[in-house]
Amino acid sequence: MESKFMGYRRENGRVGVRNHVIILPLDDLSNSACEAVANNVKGTMAIPHPYGRLQFGEDLELHFRTLIGTGCNPNVAAVIVIGIEPIWTDRIVKGIAKTGKPVAGFAIEKNGDFNTICAASKQAKEYMHQVSEYQRVECDVSELWVSTKCGESDTTSGIATNPTVGNAYDKLYENGNTILFGETTELTGGEHLVLERCANDQVRKDFQFFFDRYAKLVDDNKTNDLSDSQPTKGNIEGGLTTIEEKALGNIQKIGTKAPVVGALEKAVEPTGPGLWFQDSSSAAAEQVTLCAASGFVVHFFPTGQGNIIGNPILPVIKLCSNPRTLRTMSEHFDVDVSGLLRRDLNMDQAGDMLLEMMLRTANGRMTAAEVLGHREFVLTKIYESA
Amino acid sequence: MAIDFLVHEAADGVGVAVVEGLSAGQEITGWVMKEDETITIKLISDIPIGHKVALQDYAEGDTVIKYNTDIGKVVAPIKKGEHLHVHNVKTKRW
Repeated sequence: MESKFMGYRRENGRVGVRNHVIILPLDDLSNSACEAVANNVKGTMAIPHPYGRLQFGEDLELHFRTLIGTGCNPNVAAVIVIGIEPIWTDRIVKGIAKTGKPVAGFAIEKNGDFNTICAASKQAKEYMHQVSEYQRVECDVSELWVSTKCGESDTTSGIATNPTVGNAYDKLYENGNTILFGETTELTGGEHLVLERCANDQVRKDFQFFFDRYAKLVDDNKTNDLSDSQPTKGNIEGGLTTIEEKALGNIQKIGTKAPVVGALEKAVEPTGPGLWFQDSSSAAAEQVTLCAASGFVVHFFPTGQGNIIGNPILPVIKLCSNPRTLRTMSEHFDVDVSGLLRRDLNMDQAGDMLLEMMLRTANGRMTAAEVLGHREFVLTKIYESA
Repeated sequence: MAIDFLVHEAADGVGVAVVEGLSAGQEITGWVMKEDETITIKLISDIPIGHKVALQDYAEGDTVIKYNTDIGKVVAPIKKGEHLHVHNVKTKRW
């Protein structure tokens, strides 16, 4: 693997692979103004979402962490925040400002959409001029934070595509990168394997806490059988029969070498290199949104039946080995590892292909999901608003 | 030799079809990945790509092993060479 790539060095020292100016709504009410600003100022991107009103407690804290984390992500160069009122808007702005990057907030009350859009557009235009002059500089590959999640998995995921990520993760671990996995319920049936990989008793205890918390949520809310949802209909169509089988395939993504150095709450950043677990939903867009909010800059997404997810700020590299899926929806994939099923590719070669695509992506190649405009931004909501 | 199905480990009781169009009556060839061995089996069901074929007979209540690990319980008898999926195997969780 190359040891260097060209990335964007941010004010706080972190390295990004994209240079986005985002227009970030605090709440659902502000989506319209954000989209208007993004329309006025070319090159900026609005990130609309449905929440931010009357949330409370841990659910509200997660909302703030996710939005602030999104703005703080090194793939983001500058941020405009728009909210219905100034106090929570300012909380987001202050959270992002800690990175040192340009950020400004605008509130709609006492201004209306028109005045807000006008003021925010002027600021966004200045930011676009500013960040469009930022240059990529040489960075160490170990500075890339890489996350993973699989989706619409099938049996080829567990045989070939997920182990490809595992092979790449083993190499990234040895290279000193910060790497992450999640999908708490999709470890069910293989949780003992994750526990065996935990670096110490504290990590084991933390992982068990998150696993048990999610298991309780499932038990408290399931109907007669969660199999109606987990495995998904697509998983079953692809040949996966039970959650245990799905989980054992899923866990292939963490490879065989890296100990799990920590178990994190949702949208909380790791504090050092190595392999981290993060509690998360197993729904693709929710988990990838949390990875972006936790500071990850490149994402590996293996799929079997063809999950087409992308993210507004986190390039999602999609890999697949199922020949039928590769044939019927080829525009969605960045890496074809179907050779593993034919035995004309070995796992070490497949892992290297993925790492090569990681470097090309980090250097600027747009992923299939980016080119196709997949910008799924889905906030995890823990419970109802007040 | 062209491979029709893959098996993770010799301890597993199932193989996964990795080519399209496998039909009942066919004798198909599989690769046991961990041990690097080649095996054959005669199909008694059609097996869609990605779906599993039983490599042994199973009785109701038996445990199915894949990845050398428990992946669920048999809820209807399964013959060697038969399609093994949600109609005859269920999770032991949830």
